[in-house]
Amino acid sequence: MELLTPGSGLIIWQAIIFLALILLLRKYAWGPIISSLKEREVGIEESLAAAEQAKNEMASLKSDNEKLLKEARLERDAMLKEALTTANKIKEDAKEETTKITSKMIEDAKATIENEKRAALADVKTQVAMLSLEITEKLVRKQLGSEKEQKALVDEYVKDLNLN
Amino acid sequence: MTEKPRLSKLKLLIVSLLTFTLLLANTASVFASDPVSDTEHEAEPFNPSETIVHHVLDDHIWHFFDGHYGTLYLPVIVYSSEKGFDVFSSKNFYDDHHNMVEYKGYSLEHGLHLVGDGHGEHGEAGFLLDLSITKNVATLLLNALILFLVFRAVARGYKKNHGKAPKGIQAVFEPIVIYLRDDVIKPNIGKDYEKYLPYLLTLFFFILFGNIIGLLPGAANMTGNIAVTLVMALFTFIITNVKGNKGYWGHIFLAPGVPVALKPLIILVEIIGIFTKPISLTVRLFVAITAGHIVMLSLISLAFIFGSVAVGAASSLIVLFINLIEILVAGIQAYVFTMFSALYIGLATADHDEHH
Repeated sequence: MELLTPGSGLIIWQAIIFLALILLLRKYAWGPIISSLKEREVGIEESLAAAEQAKNEMASLKSDNEKLLKEARLERDAMLKEALTTANKIKEDAKEETTKITSKMIEDAKATIENEKRAALADVKTQVAMLSLEITEKLVRKQLGSEKEQKALVDEYVKDLNLN
Repeated sequence: MTEKPRLSKLKLLIVSLLTFTLLLANTASVFASDPVSDTEHEAEPFNPSETIVHHVLDDHIWHFFDGHYGTLYLPVIVYSSEKGFDVFSSKNFYDDHHNMVEYKGYSLEHGLHLVGDGHGEHGEAGFLLDLSITKNVATLLLNALILFLVFRAVARGYKKNHGKAPKGIQAVFEPIVIYLRDDVIKPNIGKDYEKYLPYLLTLFFFILFGNIIGLLPGAANMTGNIAVTLVMALFTFIITNVKGNKGYWGHIFLAPGVPVALKPLIILVEIIGIFTKPISLTVRLFVAITAGHIVMLSLISLAFIFGSVAVGAASSLIVLFINLIEILVAGIQAYVFTMFSALYIGLATADHDEHH
C-alpha cells in the first residue's frame, strides 16, 4: 500500500525541481534551440524560394533570349528576302532599262542608217543624174551631130510616147 | 568517406558492449544489494515480496552494495508540529551493525515518523512533513542536473555551429526535438504550440532520462514513484484547465448536441473526465515503470527462492531481455505521457469549430 500513497515530501520536491527545471531549460536550452531551429528552417525555406525564383528568372531569361533570337532570325530572314527582292528588282529594272536603251540605240542607228542611206542614195542619184546628163550630153552632142540622127531620136521618143 | 562507417561501427560496438556490461552489472548489483545476503539476515527465510517492494520504494538511504562504503546516507529534513524543523543525516538511524535505531524521537521503520504515534501513520499524533533528500529526491536532482547540462550543451552547439550542420550531442537530440515538435506537439495543440514547447519538451526528456536512470544499477525507481508522476500529471492538469477556453468549458458544462434529459448525466461524466485525465497519466507511467522493475526483481528472486545457480543464470538471461524491453518502455512511456499531455492541452485550447 505504501507503493500507492504518494509521499508528501517527494511531491513538494518534485514540484519544486520540475518547475525549476522547466524554467531553467526554457531559458538556457529550449529557447535557443527552438529559435535556432526556426531560424535555420526559415533560412532553408528562404534559400529554396530564392533558388526557385532564380530558376524561374533563368527560365524567363532563356525564353526571352529565345524570343529575341527568334525575332532576330525572323528579321534577318525578312531583310534577306527584301534584299533579294530589291536586287531582283534592280536587276529587272536594269535589264529593262538596258533593253530600252539598246532598242532605242538600235532604232536611232537604224534611223541614222536610213537617213545616211537616203542621203547617199540621193547623192548617188544626183551623181548618176549628173553623169547621165554628161554622158547624154556627150552622146547627144556626138549623135545629134546630124539631122537624120536628130529626127531618128525624135521618132524614137514619139514611139515611146505612143507605147506608154 | 570510408572512415566514417567504420568509426560508427566501432562506436556501435562500444555502445553495445557498454550496454551489455551495464545490464549485467545491474543484475549483479541487485544480487549484491539484496538484503538477504546481509550476514544478519542470512538465517531468515527469503521473502521476495518484501525485497521487491523495498527496492521499488523510496528510501532515506541510498544502498549501492554491501560493505562499509556501499551505502550513501542521505540527509533527513523533517518538520513536525511537535519538534519543528530538523536536519540530520540518516546515518543516525543505523547503528554499527546496520540495525535500525531511533534518533531524536524519530524512527525510520516503515517511513519516517515520530516514535509512539501509531507506527508510521503520519499526522495522527501531529503534523509531520518529511522533506528529506530521499533516494528519489536525490535522483530527481541528479536527473535535473543531467538534463540541464545535456541540453545546455545542445543549446551551445547551436551557437557554436551557427549556420552549419548539427554536430555531436546537438545532432543526437535535434531529431528527437524536431520529431516531438512536428509530430507530437504541433499536430495535437495546433497553432499556439510554441507556448507549450518548453513544458512538453522538458516533460518528455525528464521522463525519458528518469526512466533510463531508473534502469541503472543501484538507481532509484524515480519515474515509477506515484508522487513523481502525480506532480507531472498535475502540471498538465493545471495547464489544461488554466488555458482551457470557452469551447472547452462550454463542452463540459453545456454539453452541446445532447438531449436535455441526458445533460445532467453527460455533464457529470465530463466533470469526472477532467479528473480522470491526470489520474490516467499518473497511473500509466507509475505502473509501467514499477511493473518493469517488479518483473525484473521477481525473476532475480527466483534464483534465491530456488537457491540454484542454474536458475539464476537462466533468469539473468531473461532479465537481460526484459531490461532491453524496459529501455524501449522508457521511450514509449515518455512519448505517451508527452503525447497525452499535448492532446489534453490541445483539446482545451482548440478553436470551438475545430472541436466538433
